[in-house]
This record gives sequence, C-alpha cells and structure tokens, in this order.
Amino acid sequence: MDGIHDLGGRHGFGKIDVGDLSVDAEEVQYTAPYECRVRSMVNAVTPAPDWNIDWFRHCRELIDPVDYLTRPYFDQWVQTYSAMLVNSGWATVDEVVSGKSASGAVDGVRPPTTAEQARAAVLKARCFDAEVSEKPMFADGDTVLTITTVPTTHTRLPAYARGRRGTVISHHGAHVFPDAMALNEKRHVHLYTVEFAFDELWPESNGSNDTVTLDLWETYLERV
Amino acid sequence: MTNPTHDSENIARLHDELHSHLPSEPALRAKALESLLVEKGLVETAAIDAWVEAYSEDIGPKNGGRIVARSWVDDSFRQRLLEDASAAIPELGLEQGHLVAVENTADQHNLIVCTLCSCYPMGLLGMAPAWYKMAAYRSRAVRDPRGVLAEFGVSMPDTTRVRVWDSTAELRYLVIPQRPPGTDGWPEDKLASLVSRNSMIGTERDLSARVGSSS
Repeated sequence: MDGIHDLGGRHGFGKIDVGDLSVDAEEVQYTAPYECRVRSMVNAVTPAPDWNIDWFRHCRELIDPVDYLTRPYFDQWVQTYSAMLVNSGWATVDEVVSGKSASGAVDGVRPPTTAEQARAAVLKARCFDAEVSEKPMFADGDTVLTITTVPTTHTRLPAYARGRRGTVISHHGAHVFPDAMALNEKRHVHLYTVEFAFDELWPESNGSNDTVTLDLWETYLERV
Repeated sequence: MTNPTHDSENIARLHDELHSHLPSEPALRAKALESLLVEKGLVETAAIDAWVEAYSEDIGPKNGGRIVARSWVDDSFRQRLLEDASAAIPELGLEQGHLVAVENTADQHNLIVCTLCSCYPMGLLGMAPAWYKMAAYRSRAVRDPRGVLAEFGVSMPDTTRVRVWDSTAELRYLVIPQRPPGTDGWPEDKLASLVSRNSMIGTERDLSARVGSSS
C-alpha cells in the first residue's frame, strides 16, 4: 500500500525534536504514563483469532493521513486496536466510545493473561522464522533488483527502495511473509538483508560512500 | 484472496467513525479502551500493571548497556554477538527474537530507523524515544543521516561511512558503540552505565568516561 506511513526519504518534515540530550537514557523511556499503559495493555490483551502483528501494522497504516501525521503515536494504537476490535466483531463502535460493554464478556474466549503469566512473558522473545523446503534463491554477495509493483494491501517494501539494485549481505532463513500474513495467510519466505549505495537511492548523493540496508523478502527481489 | 475479515476498506471506515466519536484526550481514549477490554474479559488489570512495572524495572536501556559492556571486555563474546546476536545474548539472561548487532568503528557509524512504522528493540532498550517514532526522524534518517546526526550533536567526518539500517522485517538492530578512552580496567557494570540509549540507536557516537548517574 502506497500510504502516508511510507515516510523514508520524504521531504518537508523539518527538524527532529531530539529532546533533552543531557538526560540519562533510563529516565526518558516514554513521554506520558498512558503510553506505557497502552503498550502494556496490548501485551496483555487476548487477541481476536484474526489478529496478528502484520494486520495491526496494516490497520495503523489505514488511519486517515492527517491523523497519521498529527496524532500521538500510542493514541494511534488505541484507535487502531479499537477499529480491529470492532472489525473482528468483539465490540461495537458505541461500546468503544463509552468504554462499557453492552453484552458482558466475549463468549468462548480463554481467560485473560494473569499478572503471573505476564511476568513470565517479560523478556521472552517471539520468533518469526521456520524451516521451508524451498532453497534460497540468493546468496551473500549477489546483486539483486527490487520489484516496482506492490499490492494495495500491506507490504514492507518501502517506496524509496523499489526498482533499485542492492547487494545481499546476509540471509536469515525463511520468515513470516507480512504481505500474506496481513491477509491472515501464514507462509514463510526467505528473508535477506540487502545493502543499497546512496548513489542508487538518492539523486543528490554526490558520490557518497554511505549506504542504507533493508530486510527484504525473496518475493521483493529479482536476479540481475 | 483477501480474508473477509481482513478488509482494508472496513478498517478505514471504522477509523473515520472512531475519529469522530472517541473522546478527544488520548489518555481518556486509552482509559475507555482498557475499561472495555476488562469488561469484555479480554484483559486483566493486574496483568497490565505487571507489564507497566516490568517496563520501569526490568526492560530498558540498561539491558542493552550490559550487552555492549560485555562486548567491550570479552572479545569472544563480541565475536559471537556480531555473528549471531540472538544466540549470544541469552548468556546475559536476555532475549530479543531476531537480533543483529552492528558495531561502530573508526571508519564506520551505524544508525537504526524504521521508516514504515517504528520497529525498535524493545526487549533491550524499552520504550522507544518520542523522536524515533516521529515523521521527521523516519523520513530523514535514510536520506540525510549526517544532517540527522548533526541535530543530535554528532558531526561525522566524510571519511567515516554511515550505514543506515531500516528495520523493515522482524529483525531488530542494536548498535555497539566504541568503548570510550580512559576506561581501561573498569568493571563491566561501571562500563555498562556509560552506554546511553541513543548510542545504541546510533544517534550518539562518542561516549565519554563520565560515571553513570544511575544505580
């Protein structure tokens, strides 16, 4: 999807509000208490059967572009999860707006994560790779060309890196393919880290030696 | 084929509807959603509290700092870390799914961004700083990294190559900054206290041998 979320290389967003650079890192972990609470709520919530990380990302991308650029980050999460909840039939818009359930608990759902289970989940990693029978098409050092056509649905090939030549610098096995997962179809596709010279990406690069590296699925790549 | 419940148009329509009806204050919106999820039997307040506590106690840049400090004092750990960071960090009791560690050298500087959303190594660095999630950083880091670094007070010589890592998949990146001079013989925990969050994202380059203010 060529959405507002695809920000890499866009001009006009101005300077970065870098915050107080003298403050020690541990003291500036988040900007408002509700933000940490939203993040925590998402960790603890029982997901609807059709939810996954890629569907969530796609739902956030579908926020009205003006809202996407102006609303606080975790506020967007709240609206995105609200939309997902309604879309999955677990709540109505009226319930989300009032914060009250008109019909009690959702039927047939497992009991929610307990505090003890939450504590056990802290620092536990999630894995997205799997063995597949297909052999990888590319190896380290191969030159590849990224595709130029992307679906109107979710994808992780940013606009600025389409139709560009890069070099494979590592292969990570097969990972969940987000374009399909956002449509609830789980399959694993070989994933590579591909490095692009600035000259290949940006007209003003002027012989720069700098590079940008992206993690790209085999489906996004063609052999040169 | 699109799954009938994975309908982009319906989600866009719901965003519009929710935008018009939800309370205007973000914290109130968050509170309303939490209350609803509790009544729906989908979340337990105590589980949310446990995560909030974990973010303040257990998850944060100090975890990343421990990894960096270990890499400074233990060359074989450093090798394992650069080879396969996901496999190396459990030695410190840490986990971060698919992790890649990238090291700064005299000739090379690394900068991490997620242009498409805001992917961040939360398990090692905690909640992402506000600027990491903003359009200015996400748009410019891949195109004008030297300008971005200058705004963070880092001036990068032309001879130092900048490598920008755009986190487009589930791999997470951790920058290993260079060990500051004047720290020979320092114990690992004291070294760890020197490692700032920004240095592990790449928006700070030269750490100094000040004594960390925390614990």
